[in-house]
Amino acid sequence: MSLDRRQFLKTVSVLTGSAVLGPYTSALASGEFHGWPDRYGMLTDFTECVGCRSCEKACNEVNHLPQPEVPFDDKSVFDTQRRPTAHAYTVVNRYENTGDPGKPIYRKVQCNHCNEPACASACPIHAYTKTPEGPVLYNENLCFGCRYCMIACPFYVPAYDYASAFEPRIVKCVMCYDRIREGKIPGCAEACPTQSVTFGKRSDLLKLAAEKIAKDPERYIDHIYGEREAGGTGWLYISGVPFEQLGFSTDLPEKPMVEEVKGFLSSVPVVFTVWPALFGSIYAASRHHEAYTREEMQHQSKEGGKEK
Amino acid sequence: MNHNTTITKRDDFQAWFLNKLLMGMTWPEYMRQMITPFNVAAAIILSVGLPLMGLRYIHGLEVVTDASNEYPWGLFLGWGLFAGVPLSATGFVMATAYYIFGFKRYKPLVRLAVLAGFLGYFFAVIYLMTDLGRPWRIYYPMFVGFGTASVLFLVAWHVATYLTVQFLEFSPAILEWLEAGRTRKWAVMITIAMTIAGIILSTLHQSALGALFLLAPAKMHPLWYTSYLPTLFLASSIYAALGMVIVVSTLSAVFLKKRADDHFLGNLNELTIGLGKGTSIGILVYLALKLVSLAHGDAWGLLGTPYGHWYLVEILGFVLLPALILAVGVKKASVGLVRFGGFHAVIGVILNRINVSMVAFNWKLPDHIHDIIPHWQETAVVLSIFTLHILVFRWILVRMPVIYQDQGFK
Ligand code: SF4
Ligand code: SF4
Repeated sequence: MSLDRRQFLKTVSVLTGSAVLGPYTSALASGEFHGWPDRYGMLTDFTECVGCRSCEKACNEVNHLPQPEVPFDDKSVFDTQRRPTAHAYTVVNRYENTGDPGKPIYRKVQCNHCNEPACASACPIHAYTKTPEGPVLYNENLCFGCRYCMIACPFYVPAYDYASAFEPRIVKCVMCYDRIREGKIPGCAEACPTQSVTFGKRSDLLKLAAEKIAKDPERYIDHIYGEREAGGTGWLYISGVPFEQLGFSTDLPEKPMVEEVKGFLSSVPVVFTVWPALFGSIYAASRHHEAYTREEMQHQSKEGGKEK
Repeated sequence: MNHNTTITKRDDFQAWFLNKLLMGMTWPEYMRQMITPFNVAAAIILSVGLPLMGLRYIHGLEVVTDASNEYPWGLFLGWGLFAGVPLSATGFVMATAYYIFGFKRYKPLVRLAVLAGFLGYFFAVIYLMTDLGRPWRIYYPMFVGFGTASVLFLVAWHVATYLTVQFLEFSPAILEWLEAGRTRKWAVMITIAMTIAGIILSTLHQSALGALFLLAPAKMHPLWYTSYLPTLFLASSIYAALGMVIVVSTLSAVFLKKRADDHFLGNLNELTIGLGKGTSIGILVYLALKLVSLAHGDAWGLLGTPYGHWYLVEILGFVLLPALILAVGVKKASVGLVRFGGFHAVIGVILNRINVSMVAFNWKLPDHIHDIIPHWQETAVVLSIFTLHILVFRWILVRMPVIYQDQGFK
């Protein structure tokens, strides 16, 4: 209740501009917030993945998603590049291995559960939450379907249910939030037969990734994708080939996306306070000028009358 | 006795009101004069688009839009919101010039500008609601959840508030039409406050539309992505508005000549020249900002690529060229040339918004240009909403005192 009230007052102050009197505070917009310390994350190691699609299958089952058109043991799906859809939280794609052409590389794609998610900064109704546990969750009961979150997500993750007339919603990976709360690990990590998908505290996973790279510099390139990209992501990746060869965006800013709009947002209170004063005085001045000219004209016409 | 008077009063009122709606004609007369080539074309367009919009409530959004997971926004927003809103800055720009800065000679155009603005926003909301997955939740950002860090949250609030402000600004015309003198006085009294509110809301949401794209730096083409986007959107909305007043007043003077009075028609040529001057100055300011942003963005190298050529077409052919045409028109006092320049400038703003929201967005994806070409369903729906827009505009212009002055309320 009191939280709601605070949120409401904050809203009012953003809208009226009284925020100029106090610091502009918002957990998302403040920049002071570096994420919950103990949050969970995932680590994908592309050198281990064999493209068996067990993670896709497990994800489909534990999240009660609709049966796929092509069964999970059918490898023909690799002939095209797929992306998460309204029916699948995660997909695995195949890439050519330039170093070793006989051994293709498989990449699992899903929501990265960003530290400061662009999707959440985009949503006008606050339908997204970065939970203290790490997963970024979406609440369909708040969403009106503007799809700005999809525009904003730098990883092309959220999918929309365009075929539903009355209950279209955003669909994306939830990092098995409910399972995490129950003390279990996410379905994909449990199902993976290799060491490709690992669940754990993000801080531990960063250490693990760094150790793996240090121990076997032949096997890995020296980069943990997600450590800094887009302000850091909960899901981390290590690879044997440069990330751009696997379709990753490598030109993302290291700052969270919301940083790009902070300058604009901070001008809002200024406009609200300065504009009325400025245009009010211009109005007063032009009124004064008008009255003055009118008087002048009357004066002149009187004098003109006298001369006659 | 008493009972009887109420009945006659109500009958009187109904007759009076019907008379207002039919403009003094009888039903048969009214229907007969409705059959014109334009109306027939409008009916054909609507007969395709409106059923499609209905089907959307059976088969989902995919019936009317080819939006996808990669391309969440398409023509509905590119045309309806991103181009529609700057072209509807007419009310804000003309009311500010007239009431605040004291450009009194533009009086014959102020109401028309306010009406164009109000309807522009109204239909921008219609386009938005056509695009929303759950349009019946349109009020959610106001009452249910507050995404205070979201630029779209600001846009939602401001467009909603500003729509109300513009309705109030236009209400004197409606009240004159309904012969409600006393209420009208109240409505007129709040004009200055409403105008200043309009300035605040407009500067913020016009620029906010540009700021929306700041959140997606890695998806936008560097020639169009610049931290100046909000400033550029605001600056271009101002000259877009002036150009749009030229467009709307020209169309009214040509097609609704019989409904306009001397106050409007007699002053129009001179005022058009004045507007042309304003538009060309506005364009030059915008052009300067655009060059600063280009220099700042350090994307010169990309000018040699196909996207760069398209960028140059936009800047030279649709920003610089209309400015030159307008400047020559003003110098020669040629109303025809100024009108041509006005239309050209407006098309340039539409092109810019389509470029930012559709061409530059996702430029790196394979098959990009192919994917942004709208399907026929989407085009039909856009055409239908646009047709409705024109019909409503005309409906008001032929009835309410906008391009003519009501003798009782001069
Ligand atoms: S990857 Fe996209 S959808 Fe997932 S948290 Fe980050 S911004 Fe949001
Ligand atoms: S589509 Fe829904 S969740 Fe996404 S930004 Fe819009 S309202 Fe928020």
